[in-house]
Amino acid sequence: MVEAFEILFTASFWIAAIRIASPLIFATMGELICERAGVLNLGIEGIMTVGAFAGWMTVYSGGDLWLGVAVAALSGALFGLLHGTLTVPLGLSQHVVGIGITLLATSLTYFTYRLVLPEVTSPPKIVPFQPLPIPVLSDIPLVGPALFSQTPLTYLAFVAVGVVAWVLYRTPLGLALRAAGENPAAVEAQGISVTAVRMGAVMAGSALMAVGGAFLTMSAFNSFFFEMINGRGWICIALVVFGSWRPGKALVGAILFAAFDAYQVRLQQLTGGVVPYQLFLMMPFVLSIAALVVMSRRASYPKALMIPYRKGER
Amino acid sequence: MTSSTAPVLRISGVTKRFGPLVANDSISFELMPGEVIALLGENGAGKTTLMNILFGHYVADGGEVEAFGAKLPPGDLRAALDAGIGMVHQHFTLADNMTVMDNIALGTQSAWSWRLDRARARSRIRQLAQDFGLAVDPDRTVSALSVGERQRVEILKALYRDAKILILDEPTAVLTPLETEALFRTLKMLVAKGLSVIFISHKLGEVMAVSDRVLVLRAGRLSGERATRQTTRQELAALMVGQEVAAPPVPPVERGAPLLTLENVSTAPGPGGSALRGVSLTLHAGVITGLAGVSGNGQAALAALLAGTAAPASGRLLVGGEAAADWSPRAALAHGIARIPEDRHAVGSIADMSVTENVIAERYRSPPFSRNGFLDWKAARAFAQQLIRDYDVKCPSPETRIRLLSGGNMQKLILGRALDPDPVVILANQPTRGLDVGAVAYVHGRLLEARARGAAILLISEDLDEILALSDEVLVMFKGRLSSPSQRGERSIRELGALMAGHGLEEAADAA
Repeated sequence: MVEAFEILFTASFWIAAIRIASPLIFATMGELICERAGVLNLGIEGIMTVGAFAGWMTVYSGGDLWLGVAVAALSGALFGLLHGTLTVPLGLSQHVVGIGITLLATSLTYFTYRLVLPEVTSPPKIVPFQPLPIPVLSDIPLVGPALFSQTPLTYLAFVAVGVVAWVLYRTPLGLALRAAGENPAAVEAQGISVTAVRMGAVMAGSALMAVGGAFLTMSAFNSFFFEMINGRGWICIALVVFGSWRPGKALVGAILFAAFDAYQVRLQQLTGGVVPYQLFLMMPFVLSIAALVVMSRRASYPKALMIPYRKGER
Repeated sequence: MTSSTAPVLRISGVTKRFGPLVANDSISFELMPGEVIALLGENGAGKTTLMNILFGHYVADGGEVEAFGAKLPPGDLRAALDAGIGMVHQHFTLADNMTVMDNIALGTQSAWSWRLDRARARSRIRQLAQDFGLAVDPDRTVSALSVGERQRVEILKALYRDAKILILDEPTAVLTPLETEALFRTLKMLVAKGLSVIFISHKLGEVMAVSDRVLVLRAGRLSGERATRQTTRQELAALMVGQEVAAPPVPPVERGAPLLTLENVSTAPGPGGSALRGVSLTLHAGVITGLAGVSGNGQAALAALLAGTAAPASGRLLVGGEAAADWSPRAALAHGIARIPEDRHAVGSIADMSVTENVIAERYRSPPFSRNGFLDWKAARAFAQQLIRDYDVKCPSPETRIRLLSGGNMQKLILGRALDPDPVVILANQPTRGLDVGAVAYVHGRLLEARARGAAILLISEDLDEILALSDEVLVMFKGRLSSPSQRGERSIRELGALMAGHGLEEAADAA
């Protein structure tokens, strides 16, 4: 019992938690932007797959790591463009389009992988982002290693939360974006194109999702595997609800989920086969569902979420 | 600046069609600086459509709009805003989750600036609010505002953009009398500062009170133009409806058998106003029972009870002298209770389904619409066509989605659906809210016909004039309790007003 408790005070546990949280943070921010503008983006799982592959492939073909991040973001934005075109001006069902994008993006990625690397059995490795301890700050006990000796991409994730929050609440653009998700008629009546706002949001959000995927191949691991996203996208959709569509709360949710995940791995090792390991694997999900139930009771979702807007319709 | 003789706005030959429906038929007029034009017309006459074209929300099929001498590109909202046109829509265009200030500032700053200038916005809004008597706190969230306050925010939105022309679409429809007076004061101030106003309404009294000139629209055409000082309500009403409207005569009818009785009924508390507390009430054949009261005092609970969507928590409900078991909407219908719901959009109709589907909504399970478990569309369509003809509904075809109908026409259809099976009890909840003169007279006439036929009618209305014009017996509801009944002409408006405010009923309510 005591040992199980002591895990919570080890630096390695928190380092792992923050590392696991990083891709979730990127993708959750991406989904949050889309939903705040009124578009549910269920393409997230596929777009993360594309990002993971595109970033890794860029580096494997000799590109710089940061170029890899940029290529991942760009490919995410392209799938966002497709998703947005279908759901915003054409006003198709966001559920159907989202699932379709996920299937398309995932399959296209695997197909491309086989085209590029037809012969390999084990995927080639790249040199990923290395931890970059921040002087002084990383010396703080517990917090230091957890937050300040991570890879640059993790730092970028936290910066992204700040930027998203700033844009949403402190800029004219964020105002238009939030209004588009609440009452698009209000946006149109002030002379702003709802279509432009929503398209922009979906593209930017999808780019962030793809960077979240790229984190897995370029920072957490050093290679690309099939099924490596493994439901993380769906978790991010739940995290947006958990965070009541607010960046700060969603960040807390992502870290919490990641901490559960890191914890269960360590508990597995501790109990050493006495308890079936599947029980531990289940834990983060059970706890997230429980947290969702508690947290989302009062959540006020964007009122125009999933409702297509057509100008000039009676 | 334009000279005072040049029009600020010129509309020439504007035409707009929705499918086979011609909403605007080559309409032309001019708006002069500092002038208040009233655009008068029945529901569905094309007023809102015309303004939406002017504001760039719809693209016209023909004609053009000129503001301050420059042609406005069609369908370009931004251009209309930049030209100084501001519009206060009937359904407000506000984001509820944002503050007043954010709603007003939306779209007024370059989208790419890195920071919203809230301090500047706040001080400007305060200044405008003070100048025009539009008191509202810029830092409050819109969802916490009253309807009147929201409207002020909408007007501030236009003023914040330096609008020179303000269009108000049915601005008083949602306001209390006091708020309406305040709005009229604001309009006077706006005009004094040189703004021009287009005021859309179907209420003659308001039009006479605020406008300099009246344009009357009928069935998409401009049917007349009058200087307000040189016209009368009667003349305008005639232009609007196409004929003189007279109050329907109410012939005396013998009080018949009791058809529906409530004995000391209380209901469980629910959302939307008071629950019923020990209500006893009898509806007789051939009698219109008027229920007056400020909304939220239990009318909704009573309507739900009669419609079958709620059951008594205690007390008895008797239909035709027998206690009703398993009270449900289906049971209510089976007992011959017809409902004209308060909210025709949310409850009375299914917006995206056709007229045909809507009119059989209460009877699709029984012949002739259902045969061996299958719908008989031929019979359904024939029924829809019959209602469209008999109830004078203006709609292109039975296949039209009901949302495309104007409020008055939708109400006529709902009225037809309720009255066609010759119901024994009719629940008419706010049957004429938001309707124009012609449609109101029509609904009243039909209700009186049903009364002459021997139906028992419960008329719930906030409009005392309506209650007094139609009811044989008047009751007042306050905090879920009923006053004693009074016969036609027994209580004056003043006495009813006092009852509505709770005098005489309050003690009883508090004692419980």
